[in-house]
Amino acid sequence: MLETVNLHAGYGKEEILHGASLECPSGKITTLVGANGCGKSTLLKTVLGMLPVTGGEIIADGVSIQNLSPSESAKKIAYVAQGKNIPDITVGRMVLHGRFPYLSYPRRYGKADYEAAQNAMEKMGISHLSDRLMSELSGGMRQKVYIAMALCQQADIILMDEPTTYLDIGQQLKLADSVRQLAVSGKTVLLVLHDILLALKISDRIAVMENGIISQTGTPDEILASDILRKIYGVGVKTLETPDGTEYYYERGL
Amino acid sequence: MRNKRSYFILLAGSLLFCVLISALSLALGNIAFSASELFGFFLGKGDTVGRNILLYSRLPRTVACLFAGAGLSVSGAVLQNVLANKLASPSIIGVNSGAGLGVTVCCACGVLSGIGVSVCAFAGSLFAVLIISLFSSRISASKTTVILGGVALNSILGAASEAITVLNPEAAMLTTEFRVGGFSAVSFTRLIPSAIMIAAALLLIFTLSNELDAVSLGDETARSIGLSVRKYRILFLVISALLAGAAVSFAGLLGFIGLIVPHFVRKLAGNESRRLLPLCTVMGAGFVCLCDLASRLVFAPYELPVGILMAVIGGPVFVALLVRTKGGKRHA
Repeated sequence: MLETVNLHAGYGKEEILHGASLECPSGKITTLVGANGCGKSTLLKTVLGMLPVTGGEIIADGVSIQNLSPSESAKKIAYVAQGKNIPDITVGRMVLHGRFPYLSYPRRYGKADYEAAQNAMEKMGISHLSDRLMSELSGGMRQKVYIAMALCQQADIILMDEPTTYLDIGQQLKLADSVRQLAVSGKTVLLVLHDILLALKISDRIAVMENGIISQTGTPDEILASDILRKIYGVGVKTLETPDGTEYYYERGL
Repeated sequence: MRNKRSYFILLAGSLLFCVLISALSLALGNIAFSASELFGFFLGKGDTVGRNILLYSRLPRTVACLFAGAGLSVSGAVLQNVLANKLASPSIIGVNSGAGLGVTVCCACGVLSGIGVSVCAFAGSLFAVLIISLFSSRISASKTTVILGGVALNSILGAASEAITVLNPEAAMLTTEFRVGGFSAVSFTRLIPSAIMIAAALLLIFTLSNELDAVSLGDETARSIGLSVRKYRILFLVISALLAGAAVSFAGLLGFIGLIVPHFVRKLAGNESRRLLPLCTVMGAGFVCLCDLASRLVFAPYELPVGILMAVIGGPVFVALLVRTKGGKRHA
């Protein structure tokens, strides 16, 4: 479980998070939504340790992580990048880097690390891509590699910042399946998504962020019922019951 | 090349090439020595003139070529990873010019010892590398913008060196050969402190190859796997500056090695630093030695500074890379 309590953080003197409190339970997908610039990515970066905490606390599985070393923190929290920076290395090597926090100087990967990487690739169904370069893969496959890397890291908490950016709809749905598998296996998953319809469809809990604070959290149904999405985005979301389950659409037909 | 066996064959082949070129570099010149003469000179036999040519001219020159090639190649490879830009190289983004300015200031102040020149060159290259690093991170510059910024810095630092040379006659020891790069005036006194710096920096960077790869994954990913990104980024920039600065202190402003060699090694062996760095070391050393040998022999008895040959090869390679780089196309 990941928890932020009254979290304050920002860039230099500019405070972006003004007391953000969020709970992400284990085995669930929690999605952070909100308008551009409200502080979603700042929250992830702060949890990741990239930005200093100026107030409040970050708790991972009952332990305050602010004073942990980067490698200790990495054993608890993994991060799946948006995919802007594509390293020109093989898939196998990329996944293997998930073992980095477990290495001591001089950091050399051993047999157990290679086995862990192989297992992670098999779980994500990408072991056949082991020798391919990251730059040769599609966006969807690349995200699978990042998830395999996070699995290899054996952290119980996984953060994902806009994981569906650059993906077509088919790849988005496949990614959603992969994320669900992570939650089913007991991981705590925190996503940042711009796509509200996808967030409603795949999340167990949704946290709405406004001006650096979490203004509301709840199940997708609770969030829909509160009408807060209309307040933030200026457009409501409707539901439609289908034989395949509940589908969501924008009421103005966007 | 992604399997271990092929890589080791390539590394062994490169090493053999390097040894062969070094032997030729010792043997060939205006006066050629046979293999038996060379062994004889090392054992204290043979005529004094030949022995002096070998021990005081060709040997320091060959060793200098090897160290300069290794240092500049690895410096380029490290910079490319840290700046996430395959067009980065010490000569293009102003690191060599920074070192050149350091050497010029050093000479203007009358400091001519090997260690003094090496330290000043390192300080100058470190200054340049920090400026470029700040520039690229603070304004989130695109790859092409970083290169253009480097070119501008190159000009500014080069102009500063020229100004000092004009205003201060003490700095006039900086010959044309220093400005384009060359080894004809290298002595062991000048070489040894820099060679020690290069050897130490190479040993250090070899132990940090996984960290160097982690830095190139991007800040967020690197941090998420437990790397102190800022600390290692600074460390790598310092190592890169150390390698380039030390090489410039005795080889002059030798261009393009840090671009050409890592580029071809990446093509042959991929981008993983544990393979890239040793191969860059060996190939860079061999390549500079080969170019120096060619610059001595092609127009014999005249000798071209090796930097001219490097520029002839490196200029077109740089343009080709610039055109091919996707980042360059997108952000230009």
